[in-house]
Amino acid sequence: MHELSVTESVLEIACKHAEKAQAKKVTDIYLVIGRLSSIVDDSVSFYWEMISKNTVCEDAKLHFKRIPAKLLCLQCSHEYILDDELTPCPNCGSARVKVISGNEFNLDSIEIQR
Amino acid sequence: MSENRIKIVEKVMNANDRIASQNRQRFDASNTYSINLMASPGAGKTSFILATIHALIDQGVQIGVIEGDTAPVTIDSDKIAAAGMPAIQVNTGGQCHLDAPMIEGALDQLPLDEIDLLVVENVGNLICPAAFELGTHSKIVIASIPEGDDKPYKYPNIYRGLDVLIINKIDLLPYIDFDMDYFRQGVEILNPGLVTFPVSCKTGEGIQDWLTWLTKRLPVKK
Repeated sequence: MHELSVTESVLEIACKHAEKAQAKKVTDIYLVIGRLSSIVDDSVSFYWEMISKNTVCEDAKLHFKRIPAKLLCLQCSHEYILDDELTPCPNCGSARVKVISGNEFNLDSIEIQR
Repeated sequence: MSENRIKIVEKVMNANDRIASQNRQRFDASNTYSINLMASPGAGKTSFILATIHALIDQGVQIGVIEGDTAPVTIDSDKIAAAGMPAIQVNTGGQCHLDAPMIEGALDQLPLDEIDLLVVENVGNLICPAAFELGTHSKIVIASIPEGDDKPYKYPNIYRGLDVLIINKIDLLPYIDFDMDYFRQGVEILNPGLVTFPVSCKTGEGIQDWLTWLTKRLPVKK
């Protein structure tokens, strides 16, 4: 349930940029979330509706773009995309792997009305 | 992109991370080694801190503790205070984790200059604490035998980015179906070569190895 805290952060960042752009209204918010980030879309949307009321972001639609996790095998340098479960390197079977991407949680852009 | 689309690309956790790095600066300025201790409820976080305090108290090491709990209780901080060390209880007001601003507030109430080791006992939870940097020098998780050997597979995020893993309650291994190889393979995928100490806070087994690791990192006597 840490989604409440992160949703507050999303609102804060969006409002800050909307104000800077002298927006009357924010209509859309685009989030980019890595596959390994433990963020639940529905939960963020739920809190969003509650906390965005009476702000410039009220009724703004949230868009979630999920990006896959990419892993690098430290044994054989093979790169692979993570499936649902954590798996050792499909090429050599080594469990010594490094996460290259998948931890992202960014507010990518907002759509506004002036 | 329409002209009304504004590109931002800002990390959502930025606000927290900024304060986390300020916390780190304060630890460094006061020469205090700091630990973010995470685990599920009942894994033995407080027992582990007490075992560490009891082992180091005679060497004159000053230990401060920040206790995070979701309910307004002082059960854990009372135990620390009874062991003769300063403890600050942070009530998160229902939140499932500590974040960097909560630590910042607690630091104002601690005599940081006199403290060699600061342990932050996070809220008992294997999910949310993993997402919030506090600014500590190291992140440690305690896994305990009765929780089962599948936890790295079920809660992968908390095992990534860890510096030390404590496996507690190893005195219970004869009584519980816990496949250590399976557990360790799960950890290895998430965090290759992770420093791991199997211990029992009850019998004291393995605690010395942990203390050896820890004391190397403590500041030279203030």
